[in-house]
Amino acid sequence: MAFLKRSPWILHYDASSCNGCDIEVLACLTPLYDVERFGIINTGNPKHADVLLITGGVNEQNRPVVKNLYEQMPEPKVVIAVGACAATGGIFRECYNIVGGIDKVIPVDVYVPGCAARPEQIIDGVVKALSILEERRERMTGEAQVQEEARHDAAEAGESR
Amino acid sequence: MTTVKEEQTTTSVALGDLIREVEGIHADGYRLVQIGCTNIGEAYEINYSFDKGYRFRNLRLTVEPEIEVPSITGIYWGAFVYENELHDLFGIPVTGINIDFKGTFFKTAEKFPLSITRKGGDRCQNV
Amino acid sequence: MPKRIVVPFGPQHPVLPEPIHLDLVLEDEKVVDVIPSIGYIHRGLEQLVQKREYPEYVYVAERICGICSFMHALCYCQGIEHIMEIEVPDRARYLRTIWSELSRLHSHLLWLGLFADSMGFENLFMRAWQLRESVLDISEDTSGGRIIQSTCKVGGVRRDIEQGKLEEIHRVMDTFEEKCRGLGNVFLNDETVKYRLQGLGVISKDEAYTLGSAGPTLRGSGVAIDHRETGYAAYGDLGFKPVVETAGDCYARCAVRVRELYSSIDLIRRAIEEMPEGGIDVKVKGAPNGEYFSRVEQPRGEVVHYLLGDGTKHLVRARIRTPTLANVPALVKMLPGAQLADVPVVVLSIDPCISCTER
Repeated sequence: MAFLKRSPWILHYDASSCNGCDIEVLACLTPLYDVERFGIINTGNPKHADVLLITGGVNEQNRPVVKNLYEQMPEPKVVIAVGACAATGGIFRECYNIVGGIDKVIPVDVYVPGCAARPEQIIDGVVKALSILEERRERMTGEAQVQEEARHDAAEAGESR
Repeated sequence: MTTVKEEQTTTSVALGDLIREVEGIHADGYRLVQIGCTNIGEAYEINYSFDKGYRFRNLRLTVEPEIEVPSITGIYWGAFVYENELHDLFGIPVTGINIDFKGTFFKTAEKFPLSITRKGGDRCQNV
Repeated sequence: MPKRIVVPFGPQHPVLPEPIHLDLVLEDEKVVDVIPSIGYIHRGLEQLVQKREYPEYVYVAERICGICSFMHALCYCQGIEHIMEIEVPDRARYLRTIWSELSRLHSHLLWLGLFADSMGFENLFMRAWQLRESVLDISEDTSGGRIIQSTCKVGGVRRDIEQGKLEEIHRVMDTFEEKCRGLGNVFLNDETVKYRLQGLGVISKDEAYTLGSAGPTLRGSGVAIDHRETGYAAYGDLGFKPVVETAGDCYARCAVRVRELYSSIDLIRRAIEEMPEGGIDVKVKGAPNGEYFSRVEQPRGEVVHYLLGDGTKHLVRARIRTPTLANVPALVKMLPGAQLADVPVVVLSIDPCISCTER
């Protein structure tokens, strides 16, 4: 668990973008940028994922899908909104079918700017997200430790009685 | 100097003649390019576009809201994508589509967003 | 009779970079029927014409799809120019051709990679995408953007490519072609690739034609329709012959795209060699009044932009029919008979671009 940040698994979903950002996300995985050298793996299964990379301004039909994917991911998790549309709806903001940004549906930790976002920016975003992921993991293990100790103390108190 | 070797012709067609005209075009060996719709305020202009050897033929059907339009999927099987779109975005009732999605082809936040009379309605128009 | 079951495919599926959903009706492992459902990316772009002035809408047109970005802008601009009777300078037409063909190269390499991935040939996926980066480098060098170039505007292009750079592109094309041929050789002659693709997802010539398919899906079935033949931009001057295969299966569609890589490289070279001198844009005054069905050949096939203006700065209607939407009926006809394990390959063989499809 301590090395989660050394090999985060990424889930990518396109929530109504122009797919410009999506192909840049995929470009990160291929030889020129090759994020796999940092241990980052792209997975198709939300239950395997630590990081949700999500693009686009979210439309009505995507809203439940985005929520569902987010809820299926185990804690700790981080969400990265890639591109201008994911941040605010971008150029599509005024379209009748656009909710306007990922944060209208699920909490977002890191915003990557750009239209389309460049692979270098996306990698920077992921690195930033990893420190947030690590903080969350520490807090969770800390909380688990506190609970464990409380349970232990209670058990000891019970024995001595 | 650009010279684009392409002809475009647009002819109006009455609702009653639509199927017959499309059958004729099909028999002439045209392929279906698209069906598109324009909301012109009080009526819809539906363009049925066909092409053969870069000759672009366009049938224009003007219908008022709430008028049922017959499907041409009996002639051009692939027209269902466009006809479902006519229904889902404009709220035009299209009868007899081979694969009728009953209003679920495009799920929009607001039903029939480009419609004249049905904007914001919630009922499927295809029966 | 074997029991029928329905298997949902998508919207979030590892093989698809974009969401599309298919309900596959199966008998054991065999697909017997398919019901597509789309709309996950429907944004409602067409209506934005009423909120953006016509020269601004170019930026929206570019973002209909991040892959065919330049060609959407080109199609839109050519439509407006036709309505307003604007004559674009010769140099702009040639520059447009170069950027169009660069887009086609990067789109086809992208597709070849994804297609290899759908076959489980990961090494080939990486090789294709590695090669694609050299096209993106040219695109970035000439326009500043990797995938969204933003160089097309009503009345011409926004940027010029200076002579030194043109010569450099010409040089780069030599090594690039050699690498493409190496890659194409694997797609066309490798036994495992042939084994996966030949005879799969067959669509006959007549069927492809009447279903209204477009692009490599149509040409893979032996129909020689390629809109570049009409001679828009500089294609009329450069001369062009469509690439056609006859088998109508996934292999044929793949072969069309591989051979189109070579024809695009050739077109870029000739456009550079024959590049005319002069200005790159003309001043545009007034507003479009009239209508036109503008058509351009994209990597995935013919795109139609129907533009209707009423003499104001805002168009009344832009209706965009993209090639993938036209290929959906063909896909529905292709899938029955395939094994469940082959579904991703068949779906990718039409090169689905969902953002385009749903606008």
